[in-house]
Amino acid sequence: MIELKSVSKIYNKGRPNEFTALRSVSISIQLGKINVFKGPSGSGKTTLLSIIGCMARPSSGRIIFQDREIASLPERFLTEIRRKTFGFIFQHFNLIKGITVLENVMLPAYPEGITRSALKKRALDLLDLFDLSNKASSHIEWLSGGEAQRAAIARALINNPAVIIADEPTAHLDTKLSSEFMDAMHKLKKDGRTIVIASHDPIVYDSKHTDEVIAMRDGEVIPAGIRT
Amino acid sequence: MIEKQRYIIDFTISALLRRKGKNITLLVSYTLVVALLASVMFLTHSLRTEAAFVLQGSPPLIVQKLVAGRFDYIPVEYGKKIGAFRGVDSVKGRLWGYYFDSFTGANYTIMAFEEMSLAPGSITIGEGVARIRKIAVGDMFPVTNYRGETILFTVASVLSSSSSLVASDLILMPEKDFRSLFNISPAYVTDFAVTAGNARELPTIARKITKTLPDTRPILRDEILRTYDSLFSWRSGILIVILCSVIIAFLIFSWDRASGLSAEEKYEIGILKALGWDTSDVLMMKFWEGAAISLTSFLGGLVLAYVHVFFASTTLFTPVLKGWSVLYPDFRLVPAIDAFQVAALFFLSVVPYTVATIIPVWRAATIDPDTVMRAYR
Repeated sequence: MIELKSVSKIYNKGRPNEFTALRSVSISIQLGKINVFKGPSGSGKTTLLSIIGCMARPSSGRIIFQDREIASLPERFLTEIRRKTFGFIFQHFNLIKGITVLENVMLPAYPEGITRSALKKRALDLLDLFDLSNKASSHIEWLSGGEAQRAAIARALINNPAVIIADEPTAHLDTKLSSEFMDAMHKLKKDGRTIVIASHDPIVYDSKHTDEVIAMRDGEVIPAGIRT
Repeated sequence: MIEKQRYIIDFTISALLRRKGKNITLLVSYTLVVALLASVMFLTHSLRTEAAFVLQGSPPLIVQKLVAGRFDYIPVEYGKKIGAFRGVDSVKGRLWGYYFDSFTGANYTIMAFEEMSLAPGSITIGEGVARIRKIAVGDMFPVTNYRGETILFTVASVLSSSSSLVASDLILMPEKDFRSLFNISPAYVTDFAVTAGNARELPTIARKITKTLPDTRPILRDEILRTYDSLFSWRSGILIVILCSVIIAFLIFSWDRASGLSAEEKYEIGILKALGWDTSDVLMMKFWEGAAISLTSFLGGLVLAYVHVFFASTTLFTPVLKGWSVLYPDFRLVPAIDAFQVAALFFLSVVPYTVATIIPVWRAATIDPDTVMRAYR
């Protein structure tokens, strides 16, 4: 279980542009399930994902992961947890232009120092899983939206993470591709992974595959039972 | 660990290629700045080495005559007086001067030289003279005498020397021809070359000469060497001051390049950090990037400077660094490189650039990836 206790996040603290993205959020994320944060833009979903995925530190509060408080860990430990535990699928995919699909997929595993042949095989297997084998040598800018997203999913899985974090993954996809994305997440869940998604797309939070929906507004979690 | 470094270097190379235009501009300007600085260093060091080499073979003491503070021909009888001083080994009168060749616009050093037993009407010329005049052994060389008449000399041989500077602009001829060409009486010579059995006695001999023959000026070889040394240092200093504007422009450019990471680069660092790259991995990548640019530019600049100084006769600086009257016609310097100067150039160019590149990257890489990505999206 991943537990957040009274987590707040204030950006640009003490400056004229200070704003509070999260206000004392306390939630539990069940492992092995598809958890969806839903809410309008600016509700704090992305910030919450960043904090869960150790990409940002909370301004206050605690994060318990595998019975360990991780918010106050030094940067190098957070990076290691991030690399080994979490796989990220970003809203804009954040694939690096100018390099191939295969290189993009291999990128998160570079710091692990795995032999090139083993890493390449692992990356090609993942591309094969997402029907992208024929695009391995293509540059990212030549991919369609759906292909880019599948490449992003393959990249998120390269380090075999236990938790997949996806921020607005269907924002740039049509209905069919969005449903296919949820099917892919379901398969990953069946492999024993935990999926945490932030989305305001009904295809995601109303999906039959979604196990848990947490509604958010203005940086706060809306208690269950209250209409959003 | 090695595999990880290989991945990082691979990614660095692809990052450099992704920003080709920007990096090529930087590489070219960096290379040119290093080439300019290295050219000054190579040239002044070679000139100093050359001067030292030339003076090695020159007499340890030269005695000239001064009239009203100006150089004049010295009577042959002075030589006998100097030869009588205790410790003096030999005194030899020399006849030499400069000859302006109106055909090529060049100045040559012309000298009477008996040791080569040149036949009357024949001369030996330096490699530079032969090149600029496009003449060889057996060709005729016209020289205008003091009456304005043209006298033809036959080229008997062309000098080749390990030192180009000493031999390049030289014309050697028999003493009799020299005297008749410039109307110099047999009672006078240009100066005296003096040697002593014990070199340490030379300053004492020079003092005695000044005391006995007050209208003379003894010049010690060591003094000339010191003068050359300070002259070339001064001239290279002037050139470096001139080049300072170029260096400052480059520093501003490199600082801007280094400190002003583009939004794209910062975003990329954010992605890498989000994907699990350590701060040290990002720093290592940027270190390799900076090192690749600065080392390539440094080595490229050195090669360019070497070609410029030793093969292209320092086309860009010649008018500033060389005295036109003595060193024209064109000559090629014997390559001489001071390792200390090269090391100094390395530490003044490669090290500051690499450090300047690392600092902003470190700043971008130590903040949360989420912040980097939000700020530069």
